[in-house]
Amino acid sequence: MNIYIQGMGCVSPQQTTDGPFLADIREYEIHRLKAVEPDYKQWIDLKLIRRMGRVVKMGVAAARLSLQEAAVTMPDAIITGTAYGCLDDTGVFLSKMISQQEEMLTPTAFIQSTHNTVGGQIALLLGCHAYNNTFVHKAFSFESALLDSIMILREGTVQHILTGGLDEITDHSHAILSRFGLYKQEPVRNTALLQSDTKGTIAGEGAAFFTLGTVMAAHTVAQLTGLTTLYRPADIPEITGALQVFLAAHACNAEDIDLLITGRNGDVDEDSAYEAITQALFPQTAVAGFKHLSGEYPTASAFATWMAARILQWQQLPQGILFSGAAPAKVRKILICNGYQGTHYSFILLNAI
Amino acid sequence: MADLKAQIVEQLNLQEVKPEDIGNDQPLFKEGLGLDSIDALELIVLLQQHYHIRIANPEQGPEIFYSVRSMAEFITAHQKQ
Amino acid sequence: MTGNVWIAGGGVICGIGAHLQACLEAFAHMQPGMQDMQYLRSIHRGVLPVAEVKADNAELAARASMPEHISRTALLSKIAADEAWASSGLGARGQYRVGFVSANTVGGMDKTEDFFADYLQQPPTGGRLQQVVHHECGSVTELVADAMGIRHHVSTISTACSSGANALMYGSRLIRNNIVDVVIAGGTDALTRFTLNGFNTLMILDPAACRPFDDTRTGLNLGEGAGYVVLVSDAIAATLSKGPWCRLSGYANANDAYHQTASSPDGTGNYLAMKGALEMSGLQPEDIAYINLHGTGTQNNDDAEGKAIQRLFAPHYPAMSSTKSFTGHTLGASGGIEAVFAALAVQEGIIYPNAHFTTPMKECPLVPATAFSSGNRIPHVMSNSFGFGGNCSSLVFSKQ
Repeated sequence: MNIYIQGMGCVSPQQTTDGPFLADIREYEIHRLKAVEPDYKQWIDLKLIRRMGRVVKMGVAAARLSLQEAAVTMPDAIITGTAYGCLDDTGVFLSKMISQQEEMLTPTAFIQSTHNTVGGQIALLLGCHAYNNTFVHKAFSFESALLDSIMILREGTVQHILTGGLDEITDHSHAILSRFGLYKQEPVRNTALLQSDTKGTIAGEGAAFFTLGTVMAAHTVAQLTGLTTLYRPADIPEITGALQVFLAAHACNAEDIDLLITGRNGDVDEDSAYEAITQALFPQTAVAGFKHLSGEYPTASAFATWMAARILQWQQLPQGILFSGAAPAKVRKILICNGYQGTHYSFILLNAI
Repeated sequence: MADLKAQIVEQLNLQEVKPEDIGNDQPLFKEGLGLDSIDALELIVLLQQHYHIRIANPEQGPEIFYSVRSMAEFITAHQKQ
Repeated sequence: MTGNVWIAGGGVICGIGAHLQACLEAFAHMQPGMQDMQYLRSIHRGVLPVAEVKADNAELAARASMPEHISRTALLSKIAADEAWASSGLGARGQYRVGFVSANTVGGMDKTEDFFADYLQQPPTGGRLQQVVHHECGSVTELVADAMGIRHHVSTISTACSSGANALMYGSRLIRNNIVDVVIAGGTDALTRFTLNGFNTLMILDPAACRPFDDTRTGLNLGEGAGYVVLVSDAIAATLSKGPWCRLSGYANANDAYHQTASSPDGTGNYLAMKGALEMSGLQPEDIAYINLHGTGTQNNDDAEGKAIQRLFAPHYPAMSSTKSFTGHTLGASGGIEAVFAALAVQEGIIYPNAHFTTPMKECPLVPATAFSSGNRIPHVMSNSFGFGGNCSSLVFSKQ
């Protein structure tokens, strides 16, 4: 049974909710890329918007866009992945709790802070009684949601699953994460990020949702062929070994990959792993990056998946994503090899239909 | 009641609703302004914060918060001096 | 996807016991765990009863063989996961492809809320980073996975009060899709000021001991703890010297899609979850011998759950009870803890008591069990977990 992406929606630091595919790349020279947000009122009633945090709105928008493209009004399951959850409301409730010393607190920020709020609100807006799950496992949050979707679709009892990955940045979260030394110390333009040779990356945020199905249709975007995750690999050989096993399981080898999209993020140490992997397995393959567009965050692989699927659908590479090699004439297979802080690797294989 | 309307709009983050748009006798819940049980809890805190009135039982909510007028009357009756 | 999924063992730590056997004794002697707050610092101490695990972090860390400064949520998780594995008799983990699927609702918030107070005093440099490094839900899971040497497949689920049950469903799918051979699945949550105050704003906490399914109920008591089952494939189950406890024969996850925190008056999500779980297990309602209720003790939940049970089970009601009347509502842990209780109920024929019950609800007069008994004929048990966001999950455990 094949799994197809029937429709997608993406809210990101690029203009991805409207207009041509990554045609006008936004340049930033800051360490925190903020999402380009659409007018949410087109999908969400004012009475509900007033309570929703930004990450919830981003998720709802991306979800709605993906259902629209797939021409699906009611999915048979809604499965979300978010590492940080609803940070803004968490921060608001925590701050009030502390400053007001646990007195006279109000419920809205608390109930909006729970990680399953995005999935819950989407279900509420659609009136969807179907399976609803939320994964909150760091850089595997989106991958777990995808895997859950694939396993359920394979059971043959449902037609369409709405799934996605999203995370937001808030002033507090950025300030705290910065203290861990994750981000660049010096100014860097995002379009030059992938070539950087210093420590640190830039922060991003966004939401990418996918309506998955098992029947190829006229509007099908791409095939989601395979997915696997690798936690705490000991060394590069373990990663390349796992990659080879993964590709073989999907009846292909490294030479069959037309485009390799890596999670290169400008951090010289993390990026050295991608250099090693590429040299070992993909010396002749065109290699692209995406984190100069999305920024780095635990569910950025959802953005990569969206980008890869569009490339397969329209057979065009957005300007500036190619890191090395020549753009292939035809793009039939894309492999996403994304890493996060050297401990979480995910491989996602997509085919053109 | 004008002050109360402004407080309601602020507490509930009612977007694109001006205090003067809320009728004195307009039902606040369900069809009227479309408020729900979470808003009722928010209003209970509003009463405590601004008017020092404690409501122990949230079930009293629908009656007290029926309209701005019923809220104002309740406040006048129970406000501690 | 093929094959059955079996329960090879289980572990629990919560407000009524430091381990599973201690919990059973508490049930047998009618000793609920809610009392005045002892460990958490909060202005609600002495006002809101809670069912805390009766141990401080130093003691928990010693039992867990983990550092004392890490989140209490992780410590509880490790203790229960260790007990679950030990009870399975599976031996060294290295022989299997092992997965760890743990649920929680607020990750390392017990530490974050301390950090945040310092941070807000002096942003952005205030507060010690060590306290916030494991804030994320997934980080708490990884602390435990790393300590247990599990890395083949690790994930975290957070769907409020149904989280733990969903962990078992995902774990079961991983086994049936041959991604892993064994999964430790369940959940954990430590009490935090964040959660306590959050629930307090919803005005659903009872200042007295909670009374699930009782007409006089006025709210829930929060608890804390962790509970995990060890799920295994057919092949592994066949190797167990004492045999498995039971089989995870059915499950379903449905969404109420009614309101963010309240259940629909007729309990639509609850009904769909229970019905779906029965359908998957191929059972009729009258085959269920015992229901471990979600039974938080709030007006709304018990009413909705009661109505859904009436709709599905009338006129043949099984024995039922809410173990939350003893353990309090353990949030992310509840689905896992109650899965252990439910699985054991099949193995040992247990019916758990419902504490503080005197008067059936006017709206639906269901009468829970009020005494502990074992050795009953319990071929099939249902466990309900219904949470915020309309997330409703139901599990069915069967002898074969």
